[in-house]
Amino acid sequence: MFDNKIIVPDSLERLTAADGAEGFAVLARLPYYRGLGLSMVEDIGVTVDGEKVARENIRFSVRGRSWTLAEMETEYGDRWNFGEKARVIVKRPGGLKGGEHDVEVAVRMRISYLPMVPTTRDQKRLKMKGASA
Amino acid sequence: MTIKRGVSLYSFQNETFLGLMNLEDCIRTCAEMGANGIEVIGEQSFWGHPEQSVDPAAIENWHSLMKKYGTKPVSHDFMLDYKRYKGRIMPFDEQVASVRKDIEFGKRLGVPYIRALVSIAPEVLVAAAPYAEQAGIKILIEVHAPLHFDHPWILRHAEAFDKSGSDALGFLPDMGMFLHHFPPAWKARFIRNGVPQRIADYVEQAYEDRVLSEYVVLSVRDMGGEGPAIAMAETLRHNSAFEPKRMLDHMDRIHNIHGKFYEMTEDLVEPSIPYDEIVAVLKKGGYDGYICSEYEGNRWIEDAHEVDSVEQVRRQQAMLKNLIEAPQAGA
Repeated sequence: MFDNKIIVPDSLERLTAADGAEGFAVLARLPYYRGLGLSMVEDIGVTVDGEKVARENIRFSVRGRSWTLAEMETEYGDRWNFGEKARVIVKRPGGLKGGEHDVEVAVRMRISYLPMVPTTRDQKRLKMKGASA
Repeated sequence: MTIKRGVSLYSFQNETFLGLMNLEDCIRTCAEMGANGIEVIGEQSFWGHPEQSVDPAAIENWHSLMKKYGTKPVSHDFMLDYKRYKGRIMPFDEQVASVRKDIEFGKRLGVPYIRALVSIAPEVLVAAAPYAEQAGIKILIEVHAPLHFDHPWILRHAEAFDKSGSDALGFLPDMGMFLHHFPPAWKARFIRNGVPQRIADYVEQAYEDRVLSEYVVLSVRDMGGEGPAIAMAETLRHNSAFEPKRMLDHMDRIHNIHGKFYEMTEDLVEPSIPYDEIVAVLKKGGYDGYICSEYEGNRWIEDAHEVDSVEQVRRQQAMLKNLIEAPQAGA
């Protein structure tokens, strides 16, 4: 559910060294009818223009706090709320040039009552915000 | 006493997820439909719960909305994430403590019931029952497809509840377990997902003929079905046309009902779930609790259609009103 609503339209942003590291960020929502404790978000996969981003180069951020995906696995005190727009931050040396990009975000969730661990994915063509390069 | 109408705000998930409706919009909408019982999934309607304490201002807002629109809190549906820790199940005592937390949250919302998911062990609920009694709340396990009232897992719950001697334990049946026809919205979605028409027609007919799901999956494979075709056939493993009258043995423990539906047509019919039969059975059983609308059609149409949860719920409420107010045949 909400497959086509994970990636928030028009949310692709370029990150430079001044932001901490070169790369990009997108806003994403949990594809689920409720929120989920962060320890149960098993993975957030990001692919840009067909190129899969390494797990260790992804950070997740909500309400001013941020985690690596490995740190999230043992975060028991915070959550990704229902409909909450999280910032998915991708470290990518050289950044990402302006213009349009195909971005895919795939969220794997460990849901207590389900007899499987589902992955839900969304793909959108996004235009980089700000001046073109 | 008569059957009462309510709405689970789960029904408006498409609009609340996107920020198109807030809590007040939802409650006002229900009140306008004459559905004065409000059910929520705490984790959906209130940010923070259960990892963090919900802002007292949000709880105050909830109560002031109830007053403003003349609605009543019915149920807080809790989840109990016993798979919170990767690779190990949450220990028993911690599960009970987690249920206590939801009892406390239910108390803050002023609900008479909290909903437990069907996969929770009866022992956990029995251990939590004294706390529920203290709070004046009943814990209702949701009997949901593929489970049903004759399934040994549910019978184990019924036996454990009886043995406990507590009246704070009961059932919340989800009407989706009475899926008498293959939902047209599902069929259309599977066809959009790439299922060939002849296979989609076959699965629909096989469901109509009550063919065992395992045979249907095998037949679809034999027809050359793969991917979405297998997924369509496999919905028969998770759904069945159980009989509404099976609720009658458990009426003393049934205190709330999920009026699950996938689609309401313009002429006020749910094509797959026999609400006329369901309401007749509930009347026969003397049921006087709520039927709370639970619209779950959005996920089946959102790829191709605009979702209009409010119109769908409005139609179901109109249907329920008609059925509830109709004189009982033979009565």
